[in-house]
Amino acid sequence: MSNTATVQTAQEAEVHGVHHDAHHEHHEHHETFISKYVFSQDHKMIARQFLITGMIWAIIGGLFSVLFRLQLGYPNSTFPWLEDLLGHWAKGGKLQPEFYYALVTMHGTILVFFVLTAGLSGTFANFLIPLQIGARDMASPMLNMLSYWFFFLASIIMFSSLFVQTGPASGGWTIYPPLSALGDASSGSKIGMDLWLASMAMFVVSSLLGGLNYITTILNMRTKGMSMTRMPLTIWALFFTAVLGVLSFPVLLSGAILLLFDRNLGTSFFLSDIVVNGKILPNEGGSAILFQHLFWFLGHPEVYIILLPAMGMSSEIISVNSRKPIFGYMAMVGSLFAIAILAFLVWAHHMFVTGLNPFLGAFFVLLTLLIAVPSAIKVFNWLTTLWRANIRFTPAMLFAIGFVSLFISGGLTGIFLGNSALDIHLHDTYFVVAHFHIVMGVASFMGMFAGVYHWFPKMYGRFLNNTLGYIHFWVTIAGAYLIFWPMHYEGLAGMPRRYYDFSNWESFKMFGGLNEFISFVALIVFAVQLLFVFNFFYSIFKGRKVKDLNPWGANTLEWTTPIRPGHGNWVGEIPEVYRGAYDYGKDGREFIPQTEPIGENESHH
Amino acid sequence: MTNILLIVIVIMIFIVIFQISKASEYVSVLKGEEQSRKQNNKINAFLLIVFLVLGLIGCWWCNKLYYGKTLFVQGAASEMGEKIDLMLYITIAVTGVVFFATQILLFWFAFKYQEKDDRKAYYFPHNTKLELLWTTVPAIFLTILVVFGLKYWFKMTGEAPKNSVIIEVTGHQFGWEFRYPGADKILGKKDYRLTKGSNSLGVDFNDPASLDDMHVSATVHIPVGKPVKFVINAQDVIHDVGLPHFRMKMDAVPGIPTTLWFTPLYTTDEMKVRTGNPNFVYEMSCDQICGKGHFTMRGIIVVDTQEEYLKYLATLEPEYWSVFPDKKPGALKTATTDSTKTKASLAAIMPAGN
Repeated sequence: MSNTATVQTAQEAEVHGVHHDAHHEHHEHHETFISKYVFSQDHKMIARQFLITGMIWAIIGGLFSVLFRLQLGYPNSTFPWLEDLLGHWAKGGKLQPEFYYALVTMHGTILVFFVLTAGLSGTFANFLIPLQIGARDMASPMLNMLSYWFFFLASIIMFSSLFVQTGPASGGWTIYPPLSALGDASSGSKIGMDLWLASMAMFVVSSLLGGLNYITTILNMRTKGMSMTRMPLTIWALFFTAVLGVLSFPVLLSGAILLLFDRNLGTSFFLSDIVVNGKILPNEGGSAILFQHLFWFLGHPEVYIILLPAMGMSSEIISVNSRKPIFGYMAMVGSLFAIAILAFLVWAHHMFVTGLNPFLGAFFVLLTLLIAVPSAIKVFNWLTTLWRANIRFTPAMLFAIGFVSLFISGGLTGIFLGNSALDIHLHDTYFVVAHFHIVMGVASFMGMFAGVYHWFPKMYGRFLNNTLGYIHFWVTIAGAYLIFWPMHYEGLAGMPRRYYDFSNWESFKMFGGLNEFISFVALIVFAVQLLFVFNFFYSIFKGRKVKDLNPWGANTLEWTTPIRPGHGNWVGEIPEVYRGAYDYGKDGREFIPQTEPIGENESHH
Repeated sequence: MTNILLIVIVIMIFIVIFQISKASEYVSVLKGEEQSRKQNNKINAFLLIVFLVLGLIGCWWCNKLYYGKTLFVQGAASEMGEKIDLMLYITIAVTGVVFFATQILLFWFAFKYQEKDDRKAYYFPHNTKLELLWTTVPAIFLTILVVFGLKYWFKMTGEAPKNSVIIEVTGHQFGWEFRYPGADKILGKKDYRLTKGSNSLGVDFNDPASLDDMHVSATVHIPVGKPVKFVINAQDVIHDVGLPHFRMKMDAVPGIPTTLWFTPLYTTDEMKVRTGNPNFVYEMSCDQICGKGHFTMRGIIVVDTQEEYLKYLATLEPEYWSVFPDKKPGALKTATTDSTKTKASLAAIMPAGN
């Protein structure tokens, strides 16, 4: 960025800041409950709204997994209380297959979209972008507010689908037609599916409003001196996340709309040659595979939409708590960039067994395995950051280390699945379940928890209880490995995913004991997450108060704001930035905040 | 009653954990926050190394318990499957080395470089040589894996040998149908609009090639040692032909026929001996979610010796006879085979590129 441009941006920021200060003071006395807590335009409040909504969804989605794990772990038992809870969906205390599939579908949908997309990047992009680049708020606080409320609307629609008589969508979170297009093929493909699609349309709107805002804010509203290469890695990660979302979510929307047409208007985009329940359908000429292309063109970038924020936050937290600069800042940015580009070029690796042209498949193999290179760079850079550090194990740091561990474990199995010849055997088995739960499920959750523990003091001016945090971390990481590690063996035995019961299968029934064990661990891990939720809400009101402006001794700008920043973030002028975010341990000093001018005798690196 | 008791116990445990955690916070304030922070640091660093050791033991133990239940032990039951297993071993070896190296480094560094009063973090922001090293080394290993993978991929997905036994597989909610092409070795044409009554596959009996085709449900017999080619269809939603023992898999998509081929190495009886399981059967699982009965969509593949296979085929009657019972006597006389025409019809239902 040229000097003039920097100055210009800074001037803009200042003008904006002055404007906002006036605005801020003017409104201080008129702030009502509604404008402060409900239709708030303060990015920090919107972040909290995203976080808490995401947490509620996480509890629902997690509970669903516990319910279907009961069926998988104890296929021969009945649980009368299930009937009390779920009515005819659990007749005689046993989950009905239709509802089992509905639970599996909603678990995936909720966790992927509502928790790990909205709850993760919604929370931290909103919270951290203005605070870490030195802006008073987002480029458009109004659109930002709408982004949350569209998400809220999507949530309401999805939640309501749980209560319709024919049940919520039950064709898997990937909703492949024709199953999802034909009400005759599955009761979950009746009204529940329309609600799913409507909800997802609202969700895409929310994500676009948010994403455009994040990009605009990062590009235009950085404070004076905050050049792109001085930005913390969190911001880089959130930037690429937003770019991925803006470019790929519309494609999902197009797929969803075409599917709605096929369902309700008699079109044949995805339907051809179908006889269902003895009924010969008139649809001809559509391609069921076309939907999969549209879906995975979003679906694969979506994986990185989930993962990149966790990478960025873990990088930041590892550096702060190692008291060492992140190793290879530019390589970290470069590898994020490479991952973001490659994310768009690998979608068909989800489709190796659809009858895809093998020649085309070969390119997707090559590009998929290429992602391992930037991933390896990131892992080794994290390891080198820890090397000869002086590490403080805050709960956030532990979760960041847990993130790296799980990212390695889950990433390596991606090398199996990305190689099409092996994927043929492993496709749609428990190997895949283990792979993606570790690498984008639990790993991203680790990143998210790291973020929550690290920035909770900034969000609420109080600390989370440390002891509960440590318990939370140790049970979660041990549980994650106990649950998902043995699943690789089930997958190597060819055991298919999304099966309600294996007991009739000579080839798969030998894992009964293991499935019971996994279900039991899942139950405990879920209970400990509730402990975290309790810690979260208790600490908002009763946690230990933050007394120090900069409790972690971090360099980034958010710690220069007041302990509980108001709307506008900084009381006076926005601070100016003179250096990158990672001057830890430089020249014998523990940390040098970004706001400190370069000293005369400072060493160059 | 036990449920309520259970809930009460869980809540009690929660409260106890919470009270202890709260108390520990008060204690830390009394003791001096800095001092208790350092203590926590030591405890967690120690736990990280304990976790590493237990984790490594866990990996070994898990392998001991479950390796025998994977398909490696019995070996692949198809020619290509053996290559896939070799590839799996190579990939496991490469990724295994990386896995153990990086996890050990991660937890060991975390433990070794825990905060100490006399330690200063080493300012080490970047090093081009190191970064180049771990860009190129993974790239080289991945290239090897890609080359291997693509070699087998093209072989597996390539054209089936000319002498393949052709069998049509059709998936529907919730079961599998199989069609043998009969003496002319050509599958008769189908049109889904003809699906009616006992003509459950919608076979076009105006096509002479269809007259000797034989239709069976759920169980299919194939000969050992000969390439078998499945031509795969679905009637209602997407299904998937999953053949774990042969290391093969292919989607069944309505409107878009797909194919897969493999050469079985062992008969079902031989596999009973190899696996030591007298109940062994080759199972065909549906591997693409297809509705509430997805998990019941079980097909059986019986691999026979050549003689058994021929004997079995001789017991089957053409589907034409069961759809039109009145045509049964002498129906085969009218069956003429126009090989060029029917081959074209078969080619028409194959996906391009296969």
